[in-house]
Amino acid sequence: MFNVDALLDSLPIMGLGMLGIFIVIGIIMGIIWILSKVFPVKQNETKESK
Amino acid sequence: MAQLFSNLLQIDWSTQWPMVIMWIIGGVLIYLAVKKNMEPTLLLPMGFGAILVNLPFSGAVTQVGAEEGPIDVLFNAGIANELFPLLLFIGIGAMIDFGPLLSNPKMMLFGAAAQFGIFFTLSLASFLGFELKDAASIAIIGAADGPTSIFVSQFFKSNYVGPIIIAAYSYMALVPIIQPAVIKLCTTKKERMIRMPYRPKSVSKTTKILFPIIITVVAGIFAPKSVALVGFLMFGNLIRECGVLNSLSESAQHELANLVTLLLGLTVSTKMQWQYFLRWETLMIMGLGLIAFIFDTAGGVIFAKVLNIFLKEKINPMVGAAGISAFPMSSRVVHKMGLAEDPQNFLLMHAAAANVSGQIASVVAGGLILTLVEI
Repeated sequence: MFNVDALLDSLPIMGLGMLGIFIVIGIIMGIIWILSKVFPVKQNETKESK
Repeated sequence: MAQLFSNLLQIDWSTQWPMVIMWIIGGVLIYLAVKKNMEPTLLLPMGFGAILVNLPFSGAVTQVGAEEGPIDVLFNAGIANELFPLLLFIGIGAMIDFGPLLSNPKMMLFGAAAQFGIFFTLSLASFLGFELKDAASIAIIGAADGPTSIFVSQFFKSNYVGPIIIAAYSYMALVPIIQPAVIKLCTTKKERMIRMPYRPKSVSKTTKILFPIIITVVAGIFAPKSVALVGFLMFGNLIRECGVLNSLSESAQHELANLVTLLLGLTVSTKMQWQYFLRWETLMIMGLGLIAFIFDTAGGVIFAKVLNIFLKEKINPMVGAAGISAFPMSSRVVHKMGLAEDPQNFLLMHAAAANVSGQIASVVAGGLILTLVEI
């Protein structure tokens, strides 16, 4: 019932998957940082939000 | 007179009796929806559908030598081609405010960490003898995201679509029970009392508009198979944030989401015919789904604890648990737990940011699984 070979085959998927998520999320964080620098809140937007 | 009862007389109860179990399961789902208010929008149609498709010679599903049943027609039109979950994602995208996340992007890390349960469960399910495509479909229950679960399991043409969807939605409803137990197991009282002051930062409208567009492009480049999932979610968010399509945004959030959910619940029930559902694997899938949720929560909490080793201003590790996608239940659970430990500890906005990032991360995780697991 227990399939050790399948477990070993799936481990690289686990590693690559978690690595992939952190890479994509890291890139998204970078994009958010760049967006906030390039497009800061304008004064009238702050007033509107208030 | 005999004609009236001919159908009844044709039923071979010696082989058909398991359908009665499905009536009971359907009844339990309806009870949970009505009495316990557990994901009623989905569990109620699914419960009714479970009864509908398990009636003897039910015309709702295709019978041998008969016309295609309407539930099967809907399944082929909306789920087999992954259309319904994608349409639902437009509604979900329109409901989500990425503001807390955009003002505090480091919370995104918890969204990533809290997907650990998915990949852990994939390995565990493989070890337990499931084929890789089925293991991947089962693991995605840990995404805590119904449409993603349906999308991935249907993409892989999994043999267990019915149990997977039931597990995904049941555990989402059980977040307020599962998460506090896991969080308490992984943290000390002192850690749960860590205060996190909230310093709100305004986000420009341009940023809010560009964000969904750029995320779609990034997801498309890194995980092309996920671009439909991410794209529909982000399209929904774009119509919310653009400011010129308010009526479309309202329609997506209410009419579209409600209509698709209604059809989705009923249509999924075609996979709840007793021949497909009453298998010992169903119990295993329910168990594996629970494990996925537990390890997702633990992944987020432990990641926060590891980060705290390096940070001067400590993070309350409970916030890490909100990195799963069950929005907004998970952030509410964390907020309530924070208040229970210290009535002056307001974690809601931090948890909401982590929770919203969990929505993005779970879709990315789904896309990565589609990319990494070869059919």
